[in-house]
Parts: sequence; structure tokens; C-alpha cells
Amino acid sequence: MSRLAALIAAVVVAAALAGSGEIPFSERRSSYEHMSPETKAMQDGDTDNPGMLWVLDGEVLWRTKAGKAERACTGCHGDAEKSMKGVAARYPAFDAKRATPVDLSGRVNICRVEQQRAPAFAPESKDLLALATLIARQSRGLPIESDDERLKPFIEAGRTIFNRRQGQLDLACAQCHDDNWGQKLAGITLPQGHPTGYPLYRLEWQTLGSLQRRLRNCMIGMRAEPHAYGSPEFVALETFLMWRARGMAMESPAVRP
Amino acid sequence: MSEQDKKATRRDVLKIAGALAAGCAAPWFTASPAAATPAEMQTAVARVIGDARLNVGKVKLDIPPLVENGNTVPCAVTVDSPMTATDHVKAIHVFAEKNPQANVISVQLGPRAGRASIATRIRLRDTQNVLAVAEMSDGSFWSDRVNVLITLGACLEDLI
Amino acid sequence: MARALINAPAKARRGAVIEIKTLLSHVMETGFRFTSTGESVPRDIITAFAATYNGEEIFRAQLFPAVAANPFITFHTVATESGMIELKWTGDNGYSATEQVRITVE
Repeated sequence: MSRLAALIAAVVVAAALAGSGEIPFSERRSSYEHMSPETKAMQDGDTDNPGMLWVLDGEVLWRTKAGKAERACTGCHGDAEKSMKGVAARYPAFDAKRATPVDLSGRVNICRVEQQRAPAFAPESKDLLALATLIARQSRGLPIESDDERLKPFIEAGRTIFNRRQGQLDLACAQCHDDNWGQKLAGITLPQGHPTGYPLYRLEWQTLGSLQRRLRNCMIGMRAEPHAYGSPEFVALETFLMWRARGMAMESPAVRP
Repeated sequence: MSEQDKKATRRDVLKIAGALAAGCAAPWFTASPAAATPAEMQTAVARVIGDARLNVGKVKLDIPPLVENGNTVPCAVTVDSPMTATDHVKAIHVFAEKNPQANVISVQLGPRAGRASIATRIRLRDTQNVLAVAEMSDGSFWSDRVNVLITLGACLEDLI
Repeated sequence: MARALINAPAKARRGAVIEIKTLLSHVMETGFRFTSTGESVPRDIITAFAATYNGEEIFRAQLFPAVAANPFITFHTVATESGMIELKWTGDNGYSATEQVRITVE
């Protein structure tokens, strides 16, 4: 009897996994499309979007001298609107010196420590988010780019994480976001999980936060131990997610429920 | 329930409402985190309208009937009024029946507004009625009420 | 950093009804929350908002904890004359913020 039960269980599991697979390229959608008209309007208007408050803060920080080098971002990068155009759309980017991809916040902190010679910003701190949002805003509307050959091994590492079952619920990201996107989970429409709008204002947080904060929420939801901020796992996962969303338009700063 | 029983119930409710009204003289930031009751909202409304009649009409409360997240709910109130010196909206008050505190926002307008139309974003704790009350220059009160369904997001920060 | 996003027309025809949208950065801590160790998180909200047009009050609001974080308030006023519209927010813990927008009325 137990052998039969085991066999049935195996068939059920196999059937569940049979639906797995990447979302076809042309069927990829931003979760913007699942939102109510009111929330969409909140994202679309520059004076309606609370995320833009962080862009204002970022503009001030961009011009503020800091660190032992007493340098502002403007010192090297000039006007963010010009120099940062398209940058966020191709991050995480491969850092040859470190032989690893670096995400946008990581790059801001590298500049902070090495160029401004100031202490690094704490993960998820207001200042770090403000700068990341200012930079990401300059890529709004631009297509995500992911065609650096050197990123391939990290994309694969990220793909493995995306497909790996984890946590007490023994769920893989792919099971919700590849196999069941568009269906309802606790009254909410499951998104495909593209990082097109980060950093974003999440109504749930009542503040703006990073992709890593959102991924940690997902992992907690799955009753899995969330990776630490800045961990190589998160960088690999984001590298994969940006590859998975290649060609889709950036929306930062987005608004999401 | 017999007529006598019904009357007794109404008296009890008014007694409770009266006690709450007295209690509400205290600073309102000591309100308990428990949800308000319809009776508490009635008290909050009574503080605005006194014993005047609360008419239904002229007011349009624009709030989505189904909301993705109760933390930030767009809420607009528009009142049909010429907004002249002799005929205008003096104030608009918004109440939520099951929030820890019934008052949401109160605004004062006048003929200089040109249009009695405001918008804001509010917090709604749970599925509940939201009430908008307009105070007119002739001393009358008009209202609109909407029942809002709140869904709770999945994959939150803290384990519930 | 007190930041505000204001949407108001720079120009308007005399007598036109204009819309003023305001979005202020503020946490609007309700005072109803508790920490994981059971301590009450003290209330910290904007309690009042007022708008004046060349010194004359055109709009006033009282905000309660039920107003969402980063309070968004939109109202209307008649464009009477050129000048300055001043917006002022006050709140708990002595909070005060002011923004001004110029308007040209022709």
C-alpha cells in the first residue's frame, strides 16, 4: 500500500513539475499590468509617485561633497540625467577587477568607498536607496540589456537558485513565477517576477525598497532562510532575473501593492 | 425582538455613545489598537453634525470597492455645489468604520475653492464602510458611503 | 530631508479653477503599532495642512493616523491673481514644512 502511495506521490510531483519551463519570450509581462487603474496612476504621474521623493533626495546627495576626498558624484559623473542614462538597464554589470557582477547599490558603495573615501552606505539605508533610485530613474522606458558573455556563468547560477526548491514550503521561485503567474494566491495575482521597476515604492512597506528587500520577503513567505543583503546569491539571482527580463522596459521607480 | 426590546437596545447604544463622547475629550492618541465599532463612528460623526440630520446625496465618495493593499487607498470626495459665497461646501469629513480610530481626514473649504473636490490616500485596516460627510453653508449635512473590500498581500516581511 | 512634490499650474486664466496636488515625504507613524517585543511605537504624524494664496487661507485640513504615509492631498482653488501659493504642513514632535509655488494669472 505504501509503495502505491509513494508511486502516486511521485506521479503527482512529476505532473506538478511538468508545467515548469520558462515563460515564452513574447508572453513576458510586467506586473504593472495586473494593477488597478488607481495604482497604475500612482506610478505614472511624477508628482503622484511617492518613489519620486527618493529621486529628489538622490539629486541632493548626488551634488553633495562627501568623504576624505571631499568629492560629490558630480565631480566625476557630472549631471546624472546625462551620465546615468541607460546604466541601471544593464546592471548588475561585470566587474573585471573583481571577476564578478556587481549590482547597482554595490557599485554606488564601491564609488563611495574608493572614490569619495567615505564609509559605505548601510544596506537599505535611505541614502543608498535615494542614489540607486536616482540612477534607476534615468533608465525609465529603456529596454533591459543583458548580453555580456562574461555574465553567463552567473546567469546560470541565478537560474539554479530560481529553480531550486527551498524553505519549509519546499517551493521554488519558478513554481509561482514561471508556472502559475497570472493565477491568484491569497487574492493577489501572481506576477511573473521581473525586476523592471526597482527600487520601488511598495504600498505594503509604505516606503521605497530594493529588489533584495522584496526577494527577502519572498523567501520569508516560503519559510526559507533569506540571504543576507549584498550576498553573492542575490547578485547572481538578480543577474539571472535581468537576463530573463531582457528587452523589457525599465519602470523605476515603480509602485506596487 | 419586540418593540419594547428594540427601544431598550437603542437607549443602550445611545448611552454607550454618550459615554464614549465624554471619554473622547481625552487625547485621541491613546486610542486602543482594537478596531472601532459602528457606534464609535457614530460618535465621531455626531461630533461633526450634532443632532442635525445626515442626508444621503450630493456627495460622491470615489474609492475603489476592491483594494490591493489597505495601506494606501486612493480616496476622492466630490460634492455637487456651485461654491458661491451664499451656497458652498464649508467642510468635508471622512470616516472609517473599523479603523482603530474613526476619523480619517477633515478639510475646510470655502467659495475660493471653486470646486468642492479633494483627493487623498488613506489607510483601511479591514474590509469596512467608509463615510464622507459634507457640511454645507446652509448648515445641512450630506453624505455618501462605500463598502471597501481589502485583500492582504502574500509574501510579507514578517511572518504572521 | 523634508521633500515635497507639488503639481500646480505655473500659469492660469483669471477665474479658472486650478488643481493643486501635494505629496509630502513623511512616515505617518500611526501610534497603533507595536514592536516585536511589545512596545508601542509612538505616534508621529502630520496633523495639519494649510494653503494660503497671497497670504489668504484657501484650504485647511486636519490629518489623522488613517492618512497614508507620504501624505497625498489634492484640492482646488480659483486663480484670482498672480502671486504665491504657500503650503504648510505641521505635525507631532514640532514638525513643520513649507513649500511655495508661484502662479501667473492673466
